[in-house]
Amino acid sequence: MPDAIDLVIVTPEKQLLRERVADVQMPGENGYLGVLPGHAPLMTELGIGELSYHDRGGKESKHIAIIRGFAEVLPDRVTILAETAERAEEIDLQRAKEALARAEKRLAANDPNIDWDRANVALQRALIRIQVATKRRSALVSGS
Amino acid sequence: MPTLLDFRRRIRSVKNTQQITRAMKFVAAARLRRAQEAAIAARPYAKELARMLRSIMSRIAEPKHPLLAKRSEERILALVLTGERGLAGAFNANILRKAQDFFRANKGKKISTIPVGKKGRDALKKAGFNLVAEYVNVLARVDFGRAREIASLVTDLYAKEEIDSVYIVFSEFKTVMTPNLVVTKLLPVEAVHADEESPVGSASSQVDYIYEQPAEQLLGKLLPRYVETQILRAMLESSAAEHAARMTAMESATKNAGDVIEALTLHMNKVRQAAITKEIIEIVSGASYGA
Repeated sequence: MPDAIDLVIVTPEKQLLRERVADVQMPGENGYLGVLPGHAPLMTELGIGELSYHDRGGKESKHIAIIRGFAEVLPDRVTILAETAERAEEIDLQRAKEALARAEKRLAANDPNIDWDRANVALQRALIRIQVATKRRSALVSGS
Repeated sequence: MPTLLDFRRRIRSVKNTQQITRAMKFVAAARLRRAQEAAIAARPYAKELARMLRSIMSRIAEPKHPLLAKRSEERILALVLTGERGLAGAFNANILRKAQDFFRANKGKKISTIPVGKKGRDALKKAGFNLVAEYVNVLARVDFGRAREIASLVTDLYAKEEIDSVYIVFSEFKTVMTPNLVVTKLLPVEAVHADEESPVGSASSQVDYIYEQPAEQLLGKLLPRYVETQILRAMLESSAAEHAARMTAMESATKNAGDVIEALTLHMNKVRQAAITKEIIEIVSGASYGA
């Protein structure tokens, strides 16, 4: 039984992360799923959401905003192919908030010409980025 | 007989040119490094995606998907990746020749193209090919969004059965000195390229997966991504190859300018010496008259 998971997160542009971690929670298309070492092999599509993991000490939890992709789970390895993935500390909160305001406005306008799906995705995307970014911030405050 | 002044002017002008070519060489070298880094950074995703796709395809008895459907190749679409600008030696000409060869080999079939890069657009348009779409000024900064846009266009056309196959013509970046021109089939997706299958990968291909979604549905989502990464890879490679070609071209241009300057200087000195000798003779013969 493996005691840790090799977590690999790659996006089309680069490899974001390769780390040995204690556990992983990820946003599956049909809901969040948590993975511990020794998980049965699994393949799933990912939705828009927050991926979090604990490092091997099990203390610090880290957060990454994931927007769509795929995950392959093996007993000792989790591979995430994300369309975009951003670490909490890399997110520009200001920009995310602006994007949220724009998306809300577009959806509220009730204009039949707008691309509903696209606006919706933009909204979700902005929400998750804000969620991940603020989590990181509050963790910093409580930690210090 | 050109005068000394003429030579000085020529030399100065060649020196100016040399400075420009040298600067372009350095710029190309810097861009090449960036392009190479981007190409390398994009590899893990492509590799993992290909591995997942292979593994899922091996588990479905008869994978069915519009992008896998084989038809007799009557209507061919070719993506031709060239550079945006010239001054890169034979880079653009080589790709276009390769494309022309490919078109000639498929004579009698209906051929349409999508040029990516201004040079290819101009040449293909002039040659009277049917351009389905054109993408210019996209290779200066290759990003996934653009690759995705192109991918969704061609996969759409393919799924709607408006074309029977899609090829991509581009210059692969091997080393700085040896570009490698390739024509690869993009659609229908055939064998997924198995690049150096890792032992981990082969072990994992034995296990049974739990699928959160039906395997066919996952396959349907993975395939378009795969096409996107193939196009992205080609764009990144092509851009690296273009910078490499420009760097080499500018390096030899700088060297040539140096040779020209040397030859001109030598010639100028000869002319100068001849003039001095002539003057001395004149003085000497003038003096002997006076005596």
